[in-house]
Amino acid sequence: MNESIWYIFISASLVNNFVLAYFLGICPFLGVSGKMATATRMGAAVTFVMLISSMCAYGIHWGLEAINAPFLQLISYIVVIASTVQLVEMFIKKMSPALFRALGIFLPLITTNCAILGLALFQTAKGYGFVQSIVYALGAGAGFTLALVLIAGLREKLDFADVPWTVKGTVLTLLVAGILSLVFMGFSGLGSQ
Amino acid sequence: MNRNKEQGFFASLASNPSTNEFVKGLWKDNPVYVQVLGMCPVLAVSNTAENALAMGLATTFVLLMSNILVSLLRKVIPKQVRIASYILIIATFVTMTDYAIQAISVELHNSLGAFISLIVVNCLILSRAEAFASKNGIGKSILDALGMGFGFVFALFCLGAVREVLGSGSLFNIHLFPEGFQPWVVMILPAGGFFTLALWLLFFNLLKRRKTT
Repeated sequence: MNESIWYIFISASLVNNFVLAYFLGICPFLGVSGKMATATRMGAAVTFVMLISSMCAYGIHWGLEAINAPFLQLISYIVVIASTVQLVEMFIKKMSPALFRALGIFLPLITTNCAILGLALFQTAKGYGFVQSIVYALGAGAGFTLALVLIAGLREKLDFADVPWTVKGTVLTLLVAGILSLVFMGFSGLGSQ
Repeated sequence: MNRNKEQGFFASLASNPSTNEFVKGLWKDNPVYVQVLGMCPVLAVSNTAENALAMGLATTFVLLMSNILVSLLRKVIPKQVRIASYILIIATFVTMTDYAIQAISVELHNSLGAFISLIVVNCLILSRAEAFASKNGIGKSILDALGMGFGFVFALFCLGAVREVLGSGSLFNIHLFPEGFQPWVVMILPAGGFFTLALWLLFFNLLKRRKTT
């Protein structure tokens, strides 16, 4: 409960990285990690949605506690996330049509990105306060972006490598992700209080 | 010889239109190995065969119920709000499943953790609702859900079994190896999930290639 802000941030972004340790948000991780530029912006979009939905989730949890209806939790969270994504979609379409095309189907699919719903559920389960929730969302977003950018960089290089046809595509990405995940295990020492 | 016979059997099943909906999910369009959908739970809860099986069955149940309801309501739901309606339907069934599992076995509920709630955002379920149930009748939708669901269970089980055997030297908590066996701890850690899934996909790629040549 009284974990320091800094600890929450490091823990969410590195030690318990949402992609590489919790396996949340694997679909965009495999889908839009082909190019560095797209990966960075996707990371930013996801972080923004995370931030908004984390704040809303805090309010909703408080409200549902008050009316004693915890079984509505899941439904209300997903509705908030879907609306936030809709908002971001309209915003990006207006501001940068090129980015809108580059993200393609993966933009509306942020709704079904388990990292965001997972974040909302975890912060409720951990009983974080308002400020802690915001930091947790920022940390998780940073971790997601970091993983996406790392794998995008690796994949850009791998495009030029001569690999056997059997491992081309998803298999190679998964193998690289496995190695990245091993690397991130090195951070686990940071987490012990 | 035997293999030819088997292929003939599957081919005859696939050519029959009503069983086709069922069989395609199991093999030809397997949600995990061919369509690469619903990866998050596949990797996260496949560290033991038991967890994998429970997760697969829970997902199949939600898939079946949501396919039935979406198919029944497909003429009522306006096109503009269909995705939101599907998600609400799915979320309702997931909440039910969550409470049911908690009632049946608290232990299982604890080991699956938040991933039961996260069935809501399993792309497999939404994609079947959108791509199949919203366009087809209830009978076909049920078959489709069962086929895809069992295909998902099969894929999860393959992954879970390999990881549990190598990572803890047991299957369904029954020890398989003599005392001297050193378990590969990495297999039950996150990294092992990525590696095992990569190897299974590799295996299926090889199978596909063999069939075409």
